[in-house]
Amino acid sequence: MEKRSDYSDDIKTIKKIMEESSRFLSLSGLSGIFAGFSAIIGGTIAHFCILKYHTLFVNDSLATLSAGDISRIKIQLTADALIVLLFSLVISFYFSYRKARSKGHKIWSLISRRFLLSFIIPLITGAFFIIILFLENQWFLIVPSMLIFYGLALISAGKFTYNEIFYLGLAEILIGFCAAIIKGPAVLFWILGFGILHIGYGIFMYRKYEG
Amino acid sequence: MKNAISRLNKLFENRVRLGIMSVLIVNDTYDFNNFKETLGVTDGNLASHLKALEENSLIKVNKQFIGRKPNTSYSITETGATLFRDHIKALEDLIKSQ
Repeated sequence: MEKRSDYSDDIKTIKKIMEESSRFLSLSGLSGIFAGFSAIIGGTIAHFCILKYHTLFVNDSLATLSAGDISRIKIQLTADALIVLLFSLVISFYFSYRKARSKGHKIWSLISRRFLLSFIIPLITGAFFIIILFLENQWFLIVPSMLIFYGLALISAGKFTYNEIFYLGLAEILIGFCAAIIKGPAVLFWILGFGILHIGYGIFMYRKYEG
Repeated sequence: MKNAISRLNKLFENRVRLGIMSVLIVNDTYDFNNFKETLGVTDGNLASHLKALEENSLIKVNKQFIGRKPNTSYSITETGATLFRDHIKALEDLIKSQ
């Protein structure tokens, strides 16, 4: 007859396999921390060096600039945001790869593909939407859209990774709406959403699962 | 207690079968190679357990082609899901009662 320890072993095995076969658990809290710092640096550069204290609320601020200045700002902001995005992606991939390898998991598996797909679809939708806003000079909606679509991407991917991602997604959406309603300090909301929130989340996750 | 033991399903006593069912209860479909990777078992061993579960109508097999390669994927049947949930419940009851 099986003993109690056999029963709990069975339950533990079931739970472990259910989790490992359906969730991508190689995301590292360190990715959040590094991505957060890069967003703070990128946001600070945008505020002080590119926008030079102009807000993204075009009616009261950017309207005073010449067409040449506006297209310069557009190019520099795009470059700034892309560098932050690229750095965050590379660093997330690096830490995930490292964590997967140390646990003996494959980084490219059925579940990591499901995770990526569910993450990337809302994100690319958002990217196209933001490009349209950008071309149409709808400045004040750009930062809210970034935060909201990113939040939706996190919620969508949440089914395939740690549950906590879902709450990070909700918080990003909330900050996105604040950025849309409180016009003006968009860059600050950007730093709050992509910087501070990521760092807080990263530290929390690192201590909970990797500490 | 005796009751809970009788509710344990003999089919799930084997670790590989337990693993297969655990995977399929949370994944709509899963294919042969992914099982091998997740459960870390050999082809023959895995195939025989999948066959046993299939014969008992706990899982179903979907054969299709991805490009030119044949691809066999598996999913859980309603019966399979019910029986597996009952088995988990019985295990939990046993742990609690002891």
